[in-house]
Formats: sequence, structure tokens, C-alpha cells
Amino acid sequence: MLIPHPLLGPRDSQEFTYLGDAGLLNRPDGMAAGAEAAFHDYVYLRDNPAGVHRELWFHEQGDRSWLVVTRNTVTHEILGAELAREVALRGQEGGQ
Amino acid sequence: MTRLSGGLIDRTQTLRFRFDGKDYAGHPGDTLASALLASGVRLMGRSFKYHRPRGVVSAGSEEPNALVELRTAARQEPNTRATTVELFDGLEANSQNRWPSLALDALEVNDLFAPFFAAGFYYKTFMWPKRFWEKLYEPMIRRAAGLGRLSMQPDPDGYDKGFLHCDLLVIGAGPAGLAAALTAARSGARVILADEDFRLGGRLLAETHLLDDRPATDWLAQVEAEFASLPNLRVMRRTTVFGVFDHGVFGAVERVADHLPDPGQGVRQTLWRITASRAILAAGATERHIPFANNDRPGVMLAGSLRAYANRWAACPAERVAIFTNNSDGHRTALDLAAKGVDIAGVIDPRDDVQPLGDYPLFSGSVVSDARGRLELSRVEVTGNGRSHWLDCGVLGVSGGWNPNLHLASHHRGRPRWSKAIQAFVPGAGGPAGLEAAGAAAGEGSTHAALQAGARAAQAALDALGLRAASPELPRAEDTRLRQAALWHVPGKGRAWVDFQNDVTVKDIKLAHAENMRPVEHLKRWTTLGMATDQGKTANVTALAVMSELTGKPIPETGTTIFRPPYTGVSLSVLGGGDTGRHFRPRRLTPTHSWAEAQGAVFVEVGQWMRAQYFPRPGETHWRQTVDREVLATRAGVGLCDVTTLGKVDVQGADAGEFINRLYCNGMKTLKVGMVRYGLMLREDGHAFDDGTCARLAEDHFVVTTTTAQAGPVYRHMEFARQCLWPELDVQLISTTDAWAQLSVAGPNARRLLERLVDGFDLSNEAFPFMACAGLTVCGGLRARLFRISFSGELAYEIAVPARFGAALMARMTELGADLGATPYGTEALSVMRIEKGHAAGNELNGQTTAQMLGMGRMVSTKKDSIGAVMSRREGLVADSRVLVGLQPVDPADPVVAGAHLFAEGAPPGTETDLGWISSACHSPHLQSGLGLGFLADGAARMGEVIVAANPLEGQSVRLRVVSPHFIDPDGGRLRA
Repeated sequence: MLIPHPLLGPRDSQEFTYLGDAGLLNRPDGMAAGAEAAFHDYVYLRDNPAGVHRELWFHEQGDRSWLVVTRNTVTHEILGAELAREVALRGQEGGQ
Repeated sequence: MTRLSGGLIDRTQTLRFRFDGKDYAGHPGDTLASALLASGVRLMGRSFKYHRPRGVVSAGSEEPNALVELRTAARQEPNTRATTVELFDGLEANSQNRWPSLALDALEVNDLFAPFFAAGFYYKTFMWPKRFWEKLYEPMIRRAAGLGRLSMQPDPDGYDKGFLHCDLLVIGAGPAGLAAALTAARSGARVILADEDFRLGGRLLAETHLLDDRPATDWLAQVEAEFASLPNLRVMRRTTVFGVFDHGVFGAVERVADHLPDPGQGVRQTLWRITASRAILAAGATERHIPFANNDRPGVMLAGSLRAYANRWAACPAERVAIFTNNSDGHRTALDLAAKGVDIAGVIDPRDDVQPLGDYPLFSGSVVSDARGRLELSRVEVTGNGRSHWLDCGVLGVSGGWNPNLHLASHHRGRPRWSKAIQAFVPGAGGPAGLEAAGAAAGEGSTHAALQAGARAAQAALDALGLRAASPELPRAEDTRLRQAALWHVPGKGRAWVDFQNDVTVKDIKLAHAENMRPVEHLKRWTTLGMATDQGKTANVTALAVMSELTGKPIPETGTTIFRPPYTGVSLSVLGGGDTGRHFRPRRLTPTHSWAEAQGAVFVEVGQWMRAQYFPRPGETHWRQTVDREVLATRAGVGLCDVTTLGKVDVQGADAGEFINRLYCNGMKTLKVGMVRYGLMLREDGHAFDDGTCARLAEDHFVVTTTTAQAGPVYRHMEFARQCLWPELDVQLISTTDAWAQLSVAGPNARRLLERLVDGFDLSNEAFPFMACAGLTVCGGLRARLFRISFSGELAYEIAVPARFGAALMARMTELGADLGATPYGTEALSVMRIEKGHAAGNELNGQTTAQMLGMGRMVSTKKDSIGAVMSRREGLVADSRVLVGLQPVDPADPVVAGAHLFAEGAPPGTETDLGWISSACHSPHLQSGLGLGFLADGAARMGEVIVAANPLEGQSVRLRVVSPHFIDPDGGRLRA
């Protein structure tokens, strides 16, 4: 597979380490009320879609960027890749 | 009859070879199969299940029968297709799956018991009694089944892998592939043309068709000459594209030296990963046979292959040949062979309204219904109009039409489409993006159609890339349409083979139908159809047609089979690509490696690292002697150890402190500049992840250490936290594990040794207390970092210098500390000392333990949010009473073994009574006995109790006393001295 790195262009997927669902970006506040239930969902509950999936890849043998890659799990078509940092920052702005 | 006239072999040279111990000769250009056929050899193998005598069927990589063990000794390679082995001088091959000889095989008795070995035989027979499976059935089946034998020796050859990129990959160098490559390469596009054969041309080499009224070899020579002049075209002969992977990545194996007697120092095969924007599948087609009774006799071959052997290799294994064909193409074989002087016994064609193409006997409206000749075909039974007669012939060429080689087009679950016109599956929709089939692979079988289709496909492919290619002048070629009757098998009483390699007959398919194993997937598994090394290239479609006949449903409704990679077998050696032995993974050496080598150190692999395990001295005969000495010398004087392999992460930025504080479960906010603190990281699920130290070198500058094993994962985790969880923090990370050589200096004389090293730095306890850190210079200006931390429980420091000075610093310290008892120690002594001190390490941080179990439950701060803190307070984790304890044998002579499980005295060992396990163990020279750390239920309340450690693997059961894990300096006096 080739991953379209937003800074470095197409890179072989072997350069990356896979983590999983991009929902991991949305870490709950550990000091908030109901944190245990929120963390239970955060740690254990994942969608497992047959189709479009946003997921985290780490360019470990590259520039060490975490990417959010949008991939169709059925066809392996890659629909886009963004720096996870930018997605996370956007999420924080959206959340506030 | 042996050699015919003509052919593309070099008769000026003779190559000698041996098959089953007998000497033969052939010529350059021959394959093993063609040279054997030219020598009149028809019998080449035995079938898998019934051990039936078998001969070569095809002339290519689809060959199901002629599998041999090629070469000898360590290079012996089983299941090699004789049809694809390029002949070389001195080649040695042996037939397989027979004993004692090919002509006389004891297991041929299986054939007599054939009624017992019908479809589903394994499933039905070996079900009971259950306990017989492991001891009797499986070993028996394994001995009897299987084809070739492995050499059982290491592969002596070299392999490599490489990467290639191109605009267009053309797979197959027959007429379609050549026209495509020519069209695309002339436009300047980067083109790769790959073909599994050692000679370009595909079917052009096997036919007598003229191109522009001249032999096809003239045009081939002209094309090859032009190819050689095009720098943007890479022609890869002997290269099989075996699979299509995601995003235009193709796997290919180039057999670089398989045609040489010995690859010498060179590479034998190369695994190529070709990234192509577009690809054209011009893989041609494979001929089908027509099952009839005893159609597996040696000498029954595919008609097109017979033609290939005659035209390309000037070989025909018999003087009298018959042809059985349901189509017009089969008749050409009779013509071509007759032209070479072969006696044509007749052409048998089921069609009534067919005319002969030349002067040969034609049996129209007839079929072949049986064959005789156990080891070599002698005659066939011709049945027509209700009458049968026998026809003498040494070879029967069979043609049941052609199946496009659509394999690669189905690799992304592309569904083949049934073409009524050619009565075959052609590539359908949904295949790999950017891959188009052309020529016979797409069902366009005439030479003219293939040439045109290849050029068109290349133009379309380049067009999609925004490139323009002009259509080349292509030669005039034959354009006959294949006419055929739908005859899939000849009904009859005898066994008619569909899949030769796995011994599947029409009867087996009928049985599968009767037993309701009708979907193709069930049919395949019940009968093992298509599951041999040839993946049923000559069998699958025929089997489907037979099933369709039985169910009364048309073929496309009966199902299709799609193919998985690899197209043909790929050796594990080439997939490894040379990454074996020492090259299996990168080997990392510590900065003091060569110094330690000179000291005679024994090394141990720790992940990728090679670390000094211990440093034996003359007279020491056992590793324990050495390790005991190193431990005692360190505790009495000063020991030196390279600890560079521990991960180091440099953390800088205005928010570095905040970042660190969220990362560790314990409080880090109050860590002062110039001080170090022990830190424990948790996983988000609440389990312990890794531990280490965190040194604050400046307000905005930290150095975090990790365990050796988790250096990579911790760094990845920290980058995840920085980029994904807290992108708002101003913090930067970099791994500096390899940048700094770090040496541990431990023991009561540690300070005195360091005082001789530092450049006027105050090492007094007041100025530089326990857990202090600082940047300084040593040895007259060398930049260094000093940390007063201890893993051994002694007064200890770790000193870091730029990596290239590590070995020199180690040498200097042993020299300066000679009178202080300076002693290098390795990982073994390091481990003994940390167990004596009760420090957790990798064995305790195994991913299943919690801070609470490690005795650090109260360290997890409730005043802040940190990774894993919330989940570590889960009910289930908090309720676990197992906790780290020390374990000492009641009888000092008893061994303590890591991995042993703990039980109450008198309790029967079992899962229900299990109280915990021993995680680390060593011999403690300090206590003069074995010593362990372990996790024990209610450990804190059991201090002083005696429990039992069971090690059933070695039949051991030892009584241990539960003690504090801190055997050395429990009040920390030495650390702070």
C-alpha cells in the first residue's frame, strides 16, 4: 500500500506503524465527572466498519508524523491523509 | 522419434544432464521437459494420491504432472516443473513421489484401493477413533502424501529484493505484450516488460504463423533490437509477476541464476516490488484438456503444447500421434506435426460438420473414450456413432479450448465473466485498478487480434496518464476465429481425470454433487480440486463445467473460481530476500562493543542490541563464577557497565513540564531543575507500560529514559501524546538513545573514581545528592551529563558522553579505577543486582501488571489527569491482591526458577489454587542462595510465610519464604552515602 503523506508525498506503508481508529484522538478528560465510563468507551469501544475508516498511522521510519488516513477497508482505497496534529487541533477548536 | 527438424535450439552445443540417474543430452534453448521428450521419455512422475504413472502434459508453468526434484544436496528443490526448467550442462533431476523407482512404485497399490479414496475420503475416514489422529493417521498420511522431498539443509544461495517504478508494467511478452511494450516505450514512458519465459515471444515461439509473410522470429529479432535501444524500457526475462497488491504494487520474482549450474557468489533470485501506474495483463491463455477414461496415461498431452514442443523445441516423444480436439485449433497441431514428418494416426473431433485442414485421417462425430499403456501410451479408443475401435499412437494431443490467464485480474476479487463466444471465463469487473487485460488473456486469441489489442491497451493506459502514444506499424498476422463445440468430458465408466496433480476425477465431482457439496467452494474442499501446487490451472474451469452439467445450471450460475497470489509457486527464500541469519534484522552495537570484545566479553542479544553479558577472566570455568565476581566486586569497590541501550528521549519546550506530568502516572510537576525522579508510565487501560527516570536539565528541558525493550514503543507513545492528544502544548521530542553513550558507575568507590574524571565538578553528597543531575565536562573538556541514579542499590551514577567517546571513557575509567577495584560487568550481573535490590524490570513490566501489583499503587496521582490513571482505579484492577514480593528458598540449596507458579503448602497445583508466579530469579552471591521476585496473592500479608513454587516442566517443587523484595540496603543508606 502507498500512503499519501501530506508533507512527503506517497510513501510505502511498510514505513509506517498502524495504531487504529482515529477516535483515539478524542481522549476524555480524566478529571471530569463520569471519567471512568468515558474512558471505558474510549479504550474499548470501536466501530469496525466495512468501508470508509479514519485511522491512525505513525511514520516511524520516516518523519515521525502521526497521520489520520482515511481508508476504505474493503478496497484499501485511500481517500486522504492529514497530519493528526492538525486534525486534533481542529477538534479542540470545534469542541470549544 | 526423437528430434525433429528446425526449432529454436542451438544444435552446435550439447548439454549433458541426468534424470533418475540416467544420462541424457539436450541443447541450449531446451527445457528439461523438451530435452526428455526429445529423448523419447514420456514417463516423468507419479500422481499425488493414487501414484499413477504420469507424463508431461503442458509446455509451461501450468504443468500439473512433470514435477521433479531438481539439483542435489542442499540445492535440491522439490516440485519443480520440468516444463519451466531451462536446461544447463550437468543438470540433475529426479522424479518424485515414487519408491523404489518411477516405473515400479510400491504405493501404486493405492490405485487399486481407489474406491476407498474418493472425494471427502480424509474427512470421512480419519474421524474416529479421535486419539488415532495424532499418533497414527496423521503421520501415516504425511508419509504417504506430499510430492517432493526437502533437502533438510540450509539454502546455500543468495537472494535479494529490489524496488522498481514505472508508468506501465506489461505482464507477458507474447504478441499482445510485445505490441503494448513497443507502443508505450516509443512514447518515452517508463515501461517494464516482464515474462516468465527465458525468451520473448510467447506463443509466437510455438507457432508456425508468419508475420508479414516471414517467420515470427524475424519480427521478434527486430523488436528485441529496438527494445535494446530504448533506455526507458526495462525488459525482464525469467521474471514471473506473481501477484497484484494494493495501490499498483506488483510482486515479481526474477530467476537470475536458476539457468546456471551454480549461481556462485551471485544472487539466485530477486524479489521485485514493482510500483506501476498502469498495467497490462498479456499473460496469454492455457489450453484445456477433455477428461475421458484413463486420460492421465503418460503421452496424453495438450495439443497446443505438443505443437510448442515440435515447433520451438523440435521434440516429439512418439512417431505416431493422434489428436482429440473439440475445436479448430487442435487441427493445427496435426498440420504442424505432419509438416515435421510425424505420422498422424488421426484427428478425433466430436463435431459432425468438420473438414480436415490437411492430409490426415479425420474421425468426425467421435470422441476418445479410453486409453491404454500404463507407463507409456500405446493406443486410444475412438468412439463414434455407437461404435468403438482402437487406434495405435504413442502420443495423444488433446484440446478442449483455451482459458484466458486472468489470474492476476482476479487478485482484488475481480469476478471473471463468462464469455459464451469463446466458452471461457474472461477478466470481469472489479479487478485491480489500472490493470487491463489484452490479447489471449482477454479472450482475443488470434495473433492479429492480440497485436492490435496490445497496442490499443498501451495507448489507453498512457492516455489515462496524460501521455500520448502513436500506434506502431504492426505486422500482418493470421486472424482465424476459434470454432469449438462444447464438449467438457467424455462420459463413461472408467475414471476420467479432471485435476491431474490432485487426482480428482469426474466421478469425484459426481460424488460431491451427490453429497450436496455443490457450490464451487465446497466442491474444491471436498475433492481437493485445484488445491495442488498448480492451483488447478488446467482443471478448474473443466470441473465447473462438469458440475454445471450435473446441476443443470449454466456455467456462470454454477460459480466461478478466483485465483489468489502467487500465480506460480514462490520460494520462501526469495520472499526473505536474503534477510536471514545475521541479516534477519539490524544489529545494533553499543559504543563500548569493540572495547568489550577486546576484554573477552560474552555477548547476548537484547532485541536488536548486542550487549556484553559477562566478562570472563582466566581461570573462571563457569559463567556463574564470573557473574558472582562481578557482583561482589561492584558491591565492594566499583563496577562499570554500558547502559546505552536504555532508551533516551529528549523533551524540550515551554510546556515540557506539563507534558511530562501528563505522561507519567506519578507527580512530576514538583521536579526541580538539576534533579531526577523515577517515573512509571501506564497504558491508557491502566496497566503498567514502562518505567525509567526523568531528569530535568533546565526549566524547559527534560531527558526521559526507558527500558531497552520499550525504547521504540515509548517514543511512539510520546509522539502520539504530543501530536494527537495534546497538540496545544509547546513541546518537542527526539530520541537520543544512539547519540549518548551512557555508562553506569556503581559501588562504594563510585564517587572516588568519578572525582578523578570530572573537570573540577563538586561531587560531594551536599552539592550533588542522590537523584541529582547536571551537565558538566570530563577528561579535560569533554561534554558530559551526570545522573546520580542507582539500579544496583549501591552508591551509583550514570555518566553520558557523546556516543563516539563511549569506548574511550570506559577504557579511561578502568585505568583510573584500577586501584579502586574498577570492574566491568555485564547484563547478567546487572540483573542479579537489580533483583537483590528489588527493582522491577521487563519481567515485572510484562504488560499484565499494574502499578498496584508493582507496589507503586499509591504513586498514581489522583490530583492530576495522566495517561492510564483513570482506568488504573477500576474495580477489577484494584481488587487484584497480587503484589511484588521477594522469595528466598527455605533450603538455600534449592533452585528458584522464573516462570514457576506459587501455591499454598499442601494445595494441589492447579489454576484454581494458583497464587501467582515468579517473574525474575537469580543466584545471589550476597545471600549465597537462589533468590526470586514474584507476584503473590495477598503478598503483603504473607511476609514470612512459606509457600511452594511448582515447576512441573522439570518436576521441581521448592519451598520458599515470602520476604520483602528489597534484599539489599532496604533503608537506602548506601544510595545516599
